[in-house]
Amino acid sequence: MSIFNLKQPRSAPSTHTGVLGWLMNHLFSSKTNTALSLFSLYLLYLIVPPLLDWMIFSADFSEKTNTECTRNAACWFYINEKMSLFMYGLYPSEEYWRPNLLIAITLTFVLAVRLLKHQIYRHKVTLSLFVIYPFVAFFLLYGSDFLGIKIVETNYWGGLMLTVVVAAVGIVASFPIGIFLALGRQSKMKTIRWLSIAYIELIRGIPLITILFMASVMLPLFFTEGIDFDKLLRALIGITLFQTAYIAEVIRGGLQAVPRGQYEAADAAGLSFTQKMFFIILPQALKISIPNIVGSFIALFKDTTLVLIVGIFDMLAIAELATTDADWLGRKTEGIVFVAMVIWVLLYLMSRYSKTLEKRFNTEH
Amino acid sequence: MKDNIITIKGVNKWYGGFHALNEINLEVKEGEIIVVCGPSGSGKSTLIRCINFLEKFQEGSIIVDGIELSDDIKKIRQIRSEVSMVFQHFNLFPHLSIIDNLTLAPIWVHNKSKQEAREKALQLLDRVGIRDQADKHPNQLSGGQQQRVAIARALCTSPKIMLFDEPTSALDPEMIAEVLNVMIGLAKEGMTMICVTHEMGFAKRVADRVIFMDEGQIIEENQPNAFFNKPESERLQLFLDQILSK
Repeated sequence: MSIFNLKQPRSAPSTHTGVLGWLMNHLFSSKTNTALSLFSLYLLYLIVPPLLDWMIFSADFSEKTNTECTRNAACWFYINEKMSLFMYGLYPSEEYWRPNLLIAITLTFVLAVRLLKHQIYRHKVTLSLFVIYPFVAFFLLYGSDFLGIKIVETNYWGGLMLTVVVAAVGIVASFPIGIFLALGRQSKMKTIRWLSIAYIELIRGIPLITILFMASVMLPLFFTEGIDFDKLLRALIGITLFQTAYIAEVIRGGLQAVPRGQYEAADAAGLSFTQKMFFIILPQALKISIPNIVGSFIALFKDTTLVLIVGIFDMLAIAELATTDADWLGRKTEGIVFVAMVIWVLLYLMSRYSKTLEKRFNTEH
Repeated sequence: MKDNIITIKGVNKWYGGFHALNEINLEVKEGEIIVVCGPSGSGKSTLIRCINFLEKFQEGSIIVDGIELSDDIKKIRQIRSEVSMVFQHFNLFPHLSIIDNLTLAPIWVHNKSKQEAREKALQLLDRVGIRDQADKHPNQLSGGQQQRVAIARALCTSPKIMLFDEPTSALDPEMIAEVLNVMIGLAKEGMTMICVTHEMGFAKRVADRVIFMDEGQIIEENQPNAFFNKPESERLQLFLDQILSK
């Protein structure tokens, strides 16, 4: 009778597990890889320590005036001092409650829709919220003599508030129009198809900055004297026209990615063109397009900074404007770094949301 | 003698320079079961897809239940509401639940109430043996189950004619029987059916006529018995040898 001594499993070689293994596999797996890794490390060494030093370690946090900030680093109280400018622009401070209330209402709406998830009448509630919301937002921010809310002209709007308004209006208005254009481009009616193609190709061939200039400088020339509509409104129209063409192309990609069998099955069932598109094709096409739609919206969000060239003060323009304060000369970098961080956080949230949406709709294919 | 429910006269179709359908003449009577077979590319799918106008043809005429096919979208939709189709790749709507797949056309094309459509849908699902799956999505079902759902969906609009476009070709072998059984059940109830299929057992069992197509033409047309036992043309003989020796 022989006795077998069970061998204990040996642990994997240290070069294949843990931190060291990860490093070996990902950063130093070949000569080129090693060289690139070392080079990147060197670049990081050049950039990160001075940046951290400027932002945090040597920075002044508590000094209350520019002159007290003597160290050669960031003076963050500046941001604190200018916070309301960054957030609301020149919006009168006694009316700050209005944008704040709007944020509260928005969050409540979102939460309400979430909570109603399993209710039968959820769609009706959501739809009516969508219809009511723009009016609420408009009357709150702009005001109305009729409702007794003091009117705040749009030249006083600015900062993050304006950035969000421009981006949100651009996104919400361009989406449905983009869908119609995408459908138009596939239409069997030649006039509609050609008009759609002409519009899309024309707009896509023009930089946004040109469209904004056209909307704000050229457009008034076409109207008789005295008719002058709001500068912000003109910029909003320009941005919507621009974004529409891009959304249309993104959605067209989605429409083309829906398998032909789906079109045929809908046809064979006797559905009309509208029914086919609305019930069968669009839901699938939009699902496929989510990443690109969100990508396009992120691009739009960044593009909103261009409204500064037509004299509207978005958040970035405010960073510029704030430097004119004689008490805070030479603090432009702080402002721009702050704006960059805020915008990054917002855009990062958008792209995370896109991931969630994709997962939620990922039931098929 | 029953009337013709489908009359196909002198139909020709070209894809560019390729003659896909060549002078097709076919009459189908109410309640008849027709099986169409032939090598791939012979135009059999194209032929049945012309009947509900998924494919256009350039010459000839097709009359379905007294309505002549033309470019008139109203007439096309009228015919499509009487003719249902089952596809090779099922073509269920993946974003809708099974029950919504079934009730969509009855509600929106045939103006049935939700309640009515739902009852009928459940009844049909029961009949194809998957009533318990009604609230699932198509991708949660097996191929055979999906094709049975597709058949139930096609039946939901109470069609006069059913077209089957190779309904078992995309299925795993063990799932073919469950789909064929549903089709046999339908045939026995007197549904008018045109089936493009290579299931010769099915053809022998229920077909009234079997049609052999090659290169866009109808080569031979006969009762199943004669069709399989005494093929007249050489090409059919060759085809049968290949397909039956499989």
